[in-house]
Order: sequence, then C-alpha cells, then structure tokens
Amino acid sequence: MRKNNLFHWTPDRSAFPTAGADGKLDIDLDSHKFVKIWHGPNHPGVTGNMSLELTISGDEIMESKTHVGYLHRGFEKLYERRTWIQCFPTVVRMCVPESDSNEYNLSVGIEELAGIEIPEMATWLRTLTLEMSRLQALLRIVPAQGGTLGLGLGVQWGVYLRDLILDRFEELTGGRIYHMYMIPGGVRGLLPEGFKDRLEENLKLVDEFAKNLKRLMLDNAVFKKRTIGTGYIPADWVNKYGIVGFVARGAGVMKDVRKDYPYLAYDQLDFEPTMSTDSDIYARTVIRWNDMITSVDLLRQIMAKMPTKGEFRAPTPNVLHWEVPKGEVYVRSESTRGEYGFYIVSDGSKYPRRINLRGPSYTHAVSLLEKMLVNANISDIAAIMVSLQTCPPEIER
Amino acid sequence: MKDIIENIQTKFSISEVTKQRDNQYFISVEKKDAVQVVTYLKDIEKFSNFILLTAVDWIEKGQFQLTYLLSDPINKLDIGVRTFIERENATMDSAHHLWEHTATFQRELKEMFGIDFPGSPRVDEPFLLEGWDNIPPMRREFDTKKYSEETYFPRPGRTTNDPAEHMKKKLYPNEKK
Repeated sequence: MRKNNLFHWTPDRSAFPTAGADGKLDIDLDSHKFVKIWHGPNHPGVTGNMSLELTISGDEIMESKTHVGYLHRGFEKLYERRTWIQCFPTVVRMCVPESDSNEYNLSVGIEELAGIEIPEMATWLRTLTLEMSRLQALLRIVPAQGGTLGLGLGVQWGVYLRDLILDRFEELTGGRIYHMYMIPGGVRGLLPEGFKDRLEENLKLVDEFAKNLKRLMLDNAVFKKRTIGTGYIPADWVNKYGIVGFVARGAGVMKDVRKDYPYLAYDQLDFEPTMSTDSDIYARTVIRWNDMITSVDLLRQIMAKMPTKGEFRAPTPNVLHWEVPKGEVYVRSESTRGEYGFYIVSDGSKYPRRINLRGPSYTHAVSLLEKMLVNANISDIAAIMVSLQTCPPEIER
Repeated sequence: MKDIIENIQTKFSISEVTKQRDNQYFISVEKKDAVQVVTYLKDIEKFSNFILLTAVDWIEKGQFQLTYLLSDPINKLDIGVRTFIERENATMDSAHHLWEHTATFQRELKEMFGIDFPGSPRVDEPFLLEGWDNIPPMRREFDTKKYSEETYFPRPGRTTNDPAEHMKKKLYPNEKK
C-alpha cells in the first residue's frame, strides 16, 4: 500500500473496542464511547438507494453493515409469470445506469439455450451499443469520484456529454435510458442515416473532456491528498471476496470478460485494459478514466470495421408462444463495474424457470464494502463507495 | 474439462453431467457431497472464483435445486455444482468458510426461499425484506397477484374512473354529450 506523503497522522486507538476470540468486536453502546449512525438511504454520498449502519468512535468507523431493500422490485419473482419476451422491459431496469448489459445477457442466454446464431451485422451493432452504454456510464461515474470530495464541476461536464450519447441512443433505439434494442436473434434495427458522423462529433467532445478532467481532477492536489492511499484493497482479497472488473484490475489482477471470455466482436478489436497495483481510490479512478478513453477508441474501431449492410436479426419462433428448450446456462458480459452474469434456467415452457442476476455490486457493496469501511474515516465513505461503483438495483433485483 | 469431471467422479458420485459449452459444465451431486465437491474444486482443481449460489424451486418434485457456480480464472472454465434438497424444512450445509461473500448468498436464500444454512454468519438477519411475515416470497406457492390484491386493493376511499370520461368531466364540465 502506497503512503500519501501529503497526509500523515497517527490515530489514537486507545478507545478502540477489543475483539473477542471469534474476531467480533466488543462494542458496548451504553459505554458512550461509540455512536451508531445511518449513512443513507437518502444521502448525496450514497450511490443509489442503500444505507450503511455504522458504529463509529470519534470519526472512525468500527463496524459497518450494508442495508439494501429500498429498491426491491421482485423482478426475478415476476419472471415466473412472464413469457421470455415479456421479461425484457423489466430486465433492463435491473441496473439503471447501464441497462444494456441486462438485455444483452438475457438475449444471449435465450439464444444459447435455443441454439440460435445471430448475423454478423447484429454482432457489431450489439458491440457498438454495449460500448456506447459503457461510455455513457463512465461519463457519469468518473467525474462523480471528484463529486464525492466536493469537486462538482466535472460532474456537470460529464452529465452534458452523457446526454449527447443518450441522444444517439434515442435515435437508434427510441429510448434514452432503457433501450430494449437487443432481442433474441439480434437487434431491432440498423443505424440511422448519418449516425456514425454524429457519434464521431460526440466522441471528439469526449476526447476534449478527458483531457480537461485530467487537469481538473486527476492532477488536483486536494483530490490526490484525499484518494491516494485511501480505500486500499489487497490483491489476495480478489478471489476471497469475489472482486471483479476495474476493482480487481486496480489490485493487479487482470479481470475483464472482454479479454478473458471474448464475446461479440471484441476479439477483433485492439485494446488493452488498464491495470494498476496501487489499489486505492486514486488508482481505480485513473483506471476508469483510461477505460473511458479506451471506450472512445473502441467505438471508433467498431464504426470503422463494422459492415455497412446485412441482416440484423436471425429468425426466431413466434415470441408470444416461444417455448425455449429445457436447460440451464450462465452467461456473462463486462459492464463498467465488472463481470455481469445471468444464470438462466428453462424448463421447456413458455416461461423462464429462473433468471438470476449476479452483478458485481452483490459482493462489492456488501461483504467487501463492510470490510473496507472498518477503520475508515466517515468523510471517506462516499469516495470509497463510488470507487467501487456500487449499484444497489442489481443487488436487489 | 473432461479430466476434471473424471477426477471428481473418482472421489464423489455424480448423478448427471451436462455440457453446456466446451468451457461450461453442470454436474449434479448428492446433498451430503455438495460442499465437499465445491471445496475440492476450489482447493485441488483451482476453481478459485465463486460466482454465485442460487436456488431453483421445482415445486412439482417437492425439491429445491441449489447451484454453486465456480470458475477457474486461469483456464477460463465454469462449473455449476447442482444439488437437490427437500422443500420441507429445507436445510443445507454452509459454505461461508470457503469465500467471504458466500454468506451473503446464503442470507438471501434463507430470506427468499426459506432454505436454512446453520452456522452461516448473519443468516437470520433480513437482507432485502424488513418485517416480512408471509412465506418466503421466491417460493413458487407464493402468489404475487393474490398478495397484492389482498394487501393493496381495494383501499378504503379508492374510486376507479374511466380516464376519458373523467378528464372530459374535469376539463369540459359544461360540454353536453
């Protein structure tokens, strides 16, 4: 763990609770040494609707418990009553900031069970959509890391640029946040006339934004002071806690589904995910900042390499009466937060037997965050949470 | 992958092997062997990454299917370990000692399916639901439609209007039909 040379202090730990034989802290709230406070569910530093039950001593956290359930919509239960195609309008809502991974996973899961191969054009269009989705999510979350420490300007720049990408989504799919563009067999349509030119115009602005964000946030002395050495994750926690995506890459462990289990057209694209071994908030911010630049580059590669015409959807049975063959499958894709997987079971009927989402936040925001926050300062909670990019809707489904 | 399945077969009895794709297999084992098979895969066969633990309700057979999904991050292989347990008083051995995040999955299964994992940390604490006094909602006999009708409708004082008629009355009250 690297030390922050700008910020040295030795906390007084004489008042700390002692740990029992089972490792559990002996916290007596009646001793008046400790205070229990709630961080969230309505708090600007909380990513979405979740809360943390904190036991603090002074401003240092002794114990943290994650509470979710504020956004439980019971989607997985609802699928017992939905036909396969009826699942799409709700499945995209499993993760609000990045909905396309959901529709991709469900489509590809159904296709794998039914033995459907999608046309090449659909492959490229899906890759394009997933990268656009990644870019818009990163445009929101990368500057938000500065926002957690009071640097709000980058957030406003990012939101504007994200809106431009959402404009492209709107003209391609008709929806800004939830697209339902990928469906079993392929996608719903081809690119509109002049789409590539308009997207390229937006990407030029993102290039400029990335440079400015570096000057504003990554080179900022206060940002460095607050984030270097904070929120450290040792590399041996990666498998122990099921850490994926950029959080694992920040700890020096290569995890990127696009490279590990290449899907769609990613094996035809030239890119290298950024790695680091510093594993603190700053390292994870730099990785995601680089991911944003990589995503822009990938979009340009996709637009240059994709075919200009062709079939975009393979024939499927009538979706209203489609009985997907019996079987089970686990499908995965890389979201901005890491491996995003669906476990799908079909009993051969018109309705799914089980669709289970395994999102990165399921471990990042619960077991990992609870562990990371012990001995952290309460002023760093928001920064640590955003550095894990936790997303409560995918925990609750 | 075939050699790994054969290795497991020499030590445990596997009732069913399903090949989903070249790097993804599902195996069915007995309840008493399930956690041991998972431990064996983790420690000996290098399936160090625990992806998920979930349940599928086969109400017609009176069974829950538990699936432990593991992956080998070096050779890029996935294996799903299935086991079937009785629905009545469903209990399963805990695997929380193998990975830290396993306890969260077990806590959710206790709440949503009513499957107990004795010894698993905080397994009795509510995860998503607070103050829930009905049967575990992910069990298939739990009827969401019936529950919502009983719980939310009809609400005292609630009236239902035809939208077209209502808006017409509101916006143009003096207009004759």
